[in-house]
Amino acid sequence: MTAALTVSDVTVYYGERLLLDRVGLAVQPDEVVCLLGPSGSGKSTLLQVIAGLQVPASGRIRWYDEDLTAVPTHRRGFGLVFQDPLLFPHLDVGRNVAYGLRAAGMPRTEAADRVEDLLALVDLAGCARRRAVTLSGGEAQRVALARALAPNPRLLLLDEPFGALDRELRDRLAVDVRALLHRLGTPAIHVTHDIVEAQLVGDRVVRLADLTGGGCAPV
Amino acid sequence: MDVGGAALTSVLAPDPVRSETPTAVSRPLPAWLLAIVPLAFLALFFGWPVVRIIARGLSSESLQVLSRPETWRVIGFTFGQAVLSTVLTLLVGLPGAYVLNRYAFPGRRLLLAVATVPFVLPTVVVGLAFRALLPAAWVGTLGAILVAHVFFNYAVVVRVVGSLWAHIDPRYEQAARTLGGSPWRVLRTVTWPLLRPAVLAAAALVFLFTFTSFGVVLVLGGPTTVTLEVEIYQRTAQLLDLAGASALAVLQIAGLGLVLLVSASLQSRLAVGQKLRADPTETLVRPRRPGQRLLFAGVLATILVLLVAPMAALVLRSVRVDGGWGLDWWRALDSIDAGTTRYAPPLASLRVSLTYAVVAAVLAVLIGGLAAMAVAYARRGARLLDTAVMLPLGTSAVTVGFGLLITFAQAPLDLRGSWIMVPLGHTLIAVPLVLRTVLPVLRSVDPRLRQVAGSLGAGPLRAWSTVDLPLLSRALGIAAGFAFAVSLGEFGATAFLARSDAPTLPVQIVRLLGRPGAQPYGAAMALATVLMVVTAAVMLSTERLRRGHAGQM
Repeated sequence: MTAALTVSDVTVYYGERLLLDRVGLAVQPDEVVCLLGPSGSGKSTLLQVIAGLQVPASGRIRWYDEDLTAVPTHRRGFGLVFQDPLLFPHLDVGRNVAYGLRAAGMPRTEAADRVEDLLALVDLAGCARRRAVTLSGGEAQRVALARALAPNPRLLLLDEPFGALDRELRDRLAVDVRALLHRLGTPAIHVTHDIVEAQLVGDRVVRLADLTGGGCAPV
Repeated sequence: MDVGGAALTSVLAPDPVRSETPTAVSRPLPAWLLAIVPLAFLALFFGWPVVRIIARGLSSESLQVLSRPETWRVIGFTFGQAVLSTVLTLLVGLPGAYVLNRYAFPGRRLLLAVATVPFVLPTVVVGLAFRALLPAAWVGTLGAILVAHVFFNYAVVVRVVGSLWAHIDPRYEQAARTLGGSPWRVLRTVTWPLLRPAVLAAAALVFLFTFTSFGVVLVLGGPTTVTLEVEIYQRTAQLLDLAGASALAVLQIAGLGLVLLVSASLQSRLAVGQKLRADPTETLVRPRRPGQRLLFAGVLATILVLLVAPMAALVLRSVRVDGGWGLDWWRALDSIDAGTTRYAPPLASLRVSLTYAVVAAVLAVLIGGLAAMAVAYARRGARLLDTAVMLPLGTSAVTVGFGLLITFAQAPLDLRGSWIMVPLGHTLIAVPLVLRTVLPVLRSVDPRLRQVAGSLGAGPLRAWSTVDLPLLSRALGIAAGFAFAVSLGEFGATAFLARSDAPTLPVQIVRLLGRPGAQPYGAAMALATVLMVVTAAVMLSTERLRRGHAGQM
């Protein structure tokens, strides 16, 4: 089976310190990989490199046979959900979700229809006109998820998306997200330092420490 | 679903950009007691003069000035040059705000400091620097005034917009990019809306400064470039038409009030409740791509040509003697007669200016410090008091000086010819700056520290003087430095109030400039150099105090 995403030998320095040492990882076409590791170990940095937001000192990112290493973020087609929702504060919920659709050139009315579907997907139907700052933490994070899914990303990157939420809410969302990703068939990398959450969400759980030092983690 | 309590709470209390510590529970003195001195001072030396101006300006004799077409030409020119200056400053300043706050390069802090220097320079020095730099044919043109205004206000845009730009969470832009937004689209749809409040705030400030510009226009302007400020001054000092001047001053006050109202409502409408990040230096990027390098080079060139060249030209011009170089003009500073009725050598004004600055700084720190405490500790009316103290800043210096002049020239309080008039005017202009410097620090002191002191047996006054005061001392020093520098360079109010035998440095410089011959002109350049160096030295040492210490501009 060909891996959809192949990360090979990614090395990143943080100042003088070696943060990621020849990291390798492969993700299958419909697989949700949970990446586990203590805080400060470079998990987020790896996602940033995959998304194209950080340039590694060395290493390659491939999507099937396509080399993405030099492709700018907005042409990679990878969605990213941050630890904080980071909803654009100057836009309402609907426009937040529509952002990627509009960037892809979808007409406003068509985008609005699609936004309704996406909000329904995350159990927030009818919230499109609300201001982003009026949402609770869990709602905001679900909107952020809908926003990332809207432009149909070929890969979804989740960077401790529930880290700022309380335990009960976190577990519930983890189950929801797992179901959602399987329904959509979108491969994903989910970063967390919480082993329970990792087992709830992931088809496969890997530790960052096992991916370093060259080579590729067993599939 | 977790709609309900949590959502409702967040509707009622949306995230503020920056929360301020709630006011103290235990206060050293009641707020009303603290407010008495600042309020009395403001009422006597600002409120009363403004009332006098309005009463006088609305008389039928005064209002005749409004029927003259040249008055409306002056108003039109004042407004038009302010709009042009604001637009130009934004166009030139925004790339600077971006590069100096988002790019990593050696000497970034130094360049930021250099870019800030023009703003702290006295307006008279700015005028002379451009007299020294620009070809003679430019003097008296709108172009010269516009360039000088951009020079002076560049720092406003770099600081006000730049400080927000540096603190915008870069992940907003990253999120937009992962959603497929191209760099241009991200700039247009995410960065710009987040930045807009700061751009608007900067534009309002630049407009305010250029609308009330006096020293620059007086030094660089000509018969066709008369602003309201200059007209008020000329009517008072040369035509002795106090009635006409009062009417124009009323117009000025009304115009400024309108500008402040419009900008305040626009700013609250466009305010964005974004989360800001604490450490902006973390994500500075090195300019690597050709476009980035080009932008960087452009900003560097702007700073060198627009900001550094005029200052250098001023210094060079002061040692340029008959086509060669020499210190003749500097030597003349000790002896040359500035053409006053009573003899006052130029260098003597340095002593006058320094004395006034000390008095003004002491008064401003006392009054502004008390006002800050009253605002911080007030249970009610804190906003009102804050606004009242800030009012002189929203009025032009010319109005402040003119008001003091016409109010205290007769019984019951006749201060004509008294030296105290000048430092009083300077104090009025400096108090708002002291308030803005001290208040944030005062509010950031944890009130529980004072409670701890209280639980250890210290009374409220003792608790305040042993806990708050030491924490405040740096802010008070910074405020004193600002007030001192403001007093040194103040020209608008001083022009009305200075005694002819004791001119301050800016007044002396303008007098020298008004005399024919190469010697007074050269001496004016030398004296302006002195004023530039002293002011810059005071501001830079004040700025050093401030480093690593949050405050407002």
